[in-house]
Amino acid sequence: MSKKPIKVEAKDVNAYYGDFHAIKGINIAMEENTVTAFIGPSGCGKSTFLRIFNRMNDYIDGFKTEGEILLDGQNIYAKNVQVDELRKKVGMVFQKPNPFPKSIYENVVYGLKIQGVSNKAALTEAAERALKQAALWNEVKDNLNKSALALSGGQQQRLCIARALAISPSVLLMDEPASALDPISTAKIEELIHELKEQYTIVIVTHNMQQAARVSDTTAFFYMGELVEHAKTKTMFTNPKDSRTQDYITGRFG
Amino acid sequence: MNHLEKELLSIKEKVHEMWSLVEFQMLAGKEALLSGDKELTKKIIKSGKKVNNFDIKIDRMCESIFALYNPVAIDLRWLMAILKINANIERIGDSSEGIAQLIREAGHPVDPVLLENTRVLEMYEAAETMLAEVQRAFHEENTELAREIIKKDKLLNKIHAQTDKVIITYIQANPEKIAQSLKVSGIIRKLERIGDQITNIAEEIIFYVDAKVVKHKQKAKKKKKKNGGQTPPPENN
Repeated sequence: MSKKPIKVEAKDVNAYYGDFHAIKGINIAMEENTVTAFIGPSGCGKSTFLRIFNRMNDYIDGFKTEGEILLDGQNIYAKNVQVDELRKKVGMVFQKPNPFPKSIYENVVYGLKIQGVSNKAALTEAAERALKQAALWNEVKDNLNKSALALSGGQQQRLCIARALAISPSVLLMDEPASALDPISTAKIEELIHELKEQYTIVIVTHNMQQAARVSDTTAFFYMGELVEHAKTKTMFTNPKDSRTQDYITGRFG
Repeated sequence: MNHLEKELLSIKEKVHEMWSLVEFQMLAGKEALLSGDKELTKKIIKSGKKVNNFDIKIDRMCESIFALYNPVAIDLRWLMAILKINANIERIGDSSEGIAQLIREAGHPVDPVLLENTRVLEMYEAAETMLAEVQRAFHEENTELAREIIKKDKLLNKIHAQTDKVIITYIQANPEKIAQSLKVSGIIRKLERIGDQITNIAEEIIFYVDAKVVKHKQKAKKKKKKNGGQTPPPENN
């Protein structure tokens, strides 16, 4: 593999929903400015594992995480870590576009306002930057005060990406970001992912194997809570090492 | 330009690089035939290794695109064509290498009368033009030019068909030149193959640009003539 520094690393991570052992002893390292795709059948733990990276599971009753998640070498589950500080560094985009019922502009600057930024010029500048990065600026620049809910599904999803980028995270988690979108919007999001990795480290969960193939540098295949194989995407899709990976990507599973 | 287009472009660049190298192998072959320059033949043979590396690299790149991008329509045809074009360029390189070997074995100088009678230099020139033009046809996606190139191969076939007769006559008059004559005959056979390989490339260009299959059509036409105009059975293309 290339020589980029490790941005995020999981060490011996186990996770439980009550008695259910959902994540089983996973070790994985993700390099800076790369896209890692998590694939696997429903219930394999990939989304659960993704949510561990910004502690989204903390609020789930009975959920327990063991092991270490290192972000820039610091364990995000250490006692002194403040979750809101962590989320400034690790942004997240969900399956369904979930803009707030506010204007486009208010959606993008929401995170910054919560952080206490009140300088109008700074907010406007950040909004423009984030919308440009999310490849939405040209479509909305004349209507920033329009309701976000008036946008199309694909535009709403790019708005959510802009909202995540506005707070300048260094890691972007994407949980099926295009599964609710039509092929054209999906292609736009995929092109966007290619551009964003110049500045961000991206982890994407997807059910669409071809999407994983198209957008990612490395792919991790999960099955029944285990990480079966993690390798360069080219290798995973031309010559996977584990027969379970081969069966899954060729559609021969079960 | 989207990501797939960028990937395809980088394959195209590799193909052009390989093409230039094989073009060098062929042009240098003619020069070496005339000058007997041993260093040059060595260089031609040595380039073969680089050509092989290109061949492997391009195949790998195509494999990745098939695996990662599910190409369809013109992208799919283009990749299928590239796989075959790549193989044919590599074989042109092999043929040129073979020629370089034959030139070394033929010894210098090759009798000008032998060169004249066998029309080997004429073949060389035709093959060179074909190779340059097929590259242009590929670059410009020009199927008209590709079709013209296919027709030009007839000259090479014609000269090749007369070779045995010409060589026999020559040997009868110059029995001390048997060895050299056989080498020249070998060179002609390889040039004829190069013509076929360039034709194959031209056919692939037509396939990917126009989505039309033109290979094996010549044979079918001839058969039709023989059968007194009866349509041949449908091909399994």
